[in-house]
Amino acid sequence: MPDLYHYLQQLVNGLTVGSTYALIAIGYTMVYGIIGMINFAHGEVYMIASYVAFIVIAGLSMLGLDQLPLLMAGAFAASIVVASAYGYSIERIAYRPLRGGNRLIPLISAIGMSIFLQNEVLLSQGSRDKAIPSLLPGNLVIGESAMHGVVISWIQMLIFAVTLLVMLGLHLFISRSRLGRACRACAEDLKMAGLLGIDTHRIIALTFVIGAALAAVAAVLLGLQYGVINPQQGFLAGIKAFTAAVLGGIGSIPGAMLGGLLLGVAEAFGADLFGDPYKDVVAFGLLILVLLFRPTGILGRPEVEKV
Amino acid sequence: MLRFDNVSTCYGKIQALHGVSLEVREGEIVTLIGANGAGKSTLLMTLCGTPRASAGSIRYRGEELVGQDTGAIMRKGIAVVPEGRRIFARLTVEENLAMGGFFAGRGEVEERLERVLELFPRLRERYAQRGGTLSGGEQQMLAIGRALMSRPRLLLLDEPSLGLAPLIIQRIFAIIEQLREKGVTVFLVEQNANQALKLADRGYVLENGRIVMQGTGEELLGDARVCEAYLGG
Repeated sequence: MPDLYHYLQQLVNGLTVGSTYALIAIGYTMVYGIIGMINFAHGEVYMIASYVAFIVIAGLSMLGLDQLPLLMAGAFAASIVVASAYGYSIERIAYRPLRGGNRLIPLISAIGMSIFLQNEVLLSQGSRDKAIPSLLPGNLVIGESAMHGVVISWIQMLIFAVTLLVMLGLHLFISRSRLGRACRACAEDLKMAGLLGIDTHRIIALTFVIGAALAAVAAVLLGLQYGVINPQQGFLAGIKAFTAAVLGGIGSIPGAMLGGLLLGVAEAFGADLFGDPYKDVVAFGLLILVLLFRPTGILGRPEVEKV
Repeated sequence: MLRFDNVSTCYGKIQALHGVSLEVREGEIVTLIGANGAGKSTLLMTLCGTPRASAGSIRYRGEELVGQDTGAIMRKGIAVVPEGRRIFARLTVEENLAMGGFFAGRGEVEERLERVLELFPRLRERYAQRGGTLSGGEQQMLAIGRALMSRPRLLLLDEPSLGLAPLIIQRIFAIIEQLREKGVTVFLVEQNANQALKLADRGYVLENGRIVMQGTGEELLGDARVCEAYLGG
């Protein structure tokens, strides 16, 4: 008979994975909030970022520079920079030239971009899994013993801490800064923002860059947690994060955070209840339920008719 | 200051403006009147670059605007109070105003905010409220205040009187006059022809995308055809 510790353990596991879903989901929701488009290449940016982290960690280790803080800082910095560059370029090359036309056209372009990026990595890195060494072994046990208590690994602690920090930073940026205010204004009325002299293309590019950078943070964290990466992982992670964004209410940043956590927890308990293979069924089942009964998501607002 | 030469605008296959020419001189209040669907708002938005003119030239202080991006046009000292006001409903009054002064320095924004709040004391009471919770009149004041935050030389107004109580309309027209005294040039699109022509130095009448009449405010007010068509006989 599972005890309370067992359920707490599932909660911890769910929240860990959920926070990384939330990080990736922000990229979907911010872009959707401004241009009403789902950036289907976002999952690939996440995948590329984890390869960058892998390359940096492997490279630095080969050079003998294997101090933990250096490896961590290098992996985060490099994958954030490279992912941001990808995010910016994808918008510039695949979406901006198509703006103003039919909404379905950039969607097709996004799918094309996704296939292109996946194959780029497949060709350059090979299709086999790559292993990322666990940089932070060890864990913290709460309770009497590992069998009868909650085990939180250092990686999980890191995931919580970093996600919290990043979300706080994003919140402050969006709510307090001049550019954050411009992002909100653009999300509400892009045309009016342009009429105030704002270069809306730049604000749109900025949301792609922010989304990509957050996905890179998630990529490093999940790479360290799972220890393996492959060129196909962007697809499932992307779909999961997209589900999280829809669950929370697409277009809403707090919604993406909440949706991510909720999805992670639902998956953890789903896997516990029905067995691991069923966790995706639970995740997407939840999505179907939300879409049936609350199509705007938990924190989403219905489209307000403009006067 | 502003000059339209043979400007045409199309929405797909529908042509909304047919070779419009007009002029706004520095320091003037010029009004454009016309019925619903005459193309008044289209004319104003073409000036802002959205939609783009399909033919003709729009010159502002000697510079060609046709072909430039909306953002670039609106950073040249032109500000607009668009049709339907389009305030940011989820941003506070303060944030809406700050968006208008996006390109001003930090200290400069404070000073401009103070000026706008002096002009519209009502907005001070609503300062921390979300734009969407304001009444129609307050929203119009906010939209005008937001436009003024960029310190425009040329202010474009699209039907600022629409849907407002007579007392508020009077107040808004008084403010437009005040702005002119401060050296702001005003281009006013109105359906409320009577009041607009009384206020304006000159006016143009737009019909089916063509300028059909022009003159000083007084001339147009005294014109029998204008009287019949736009002033209710």
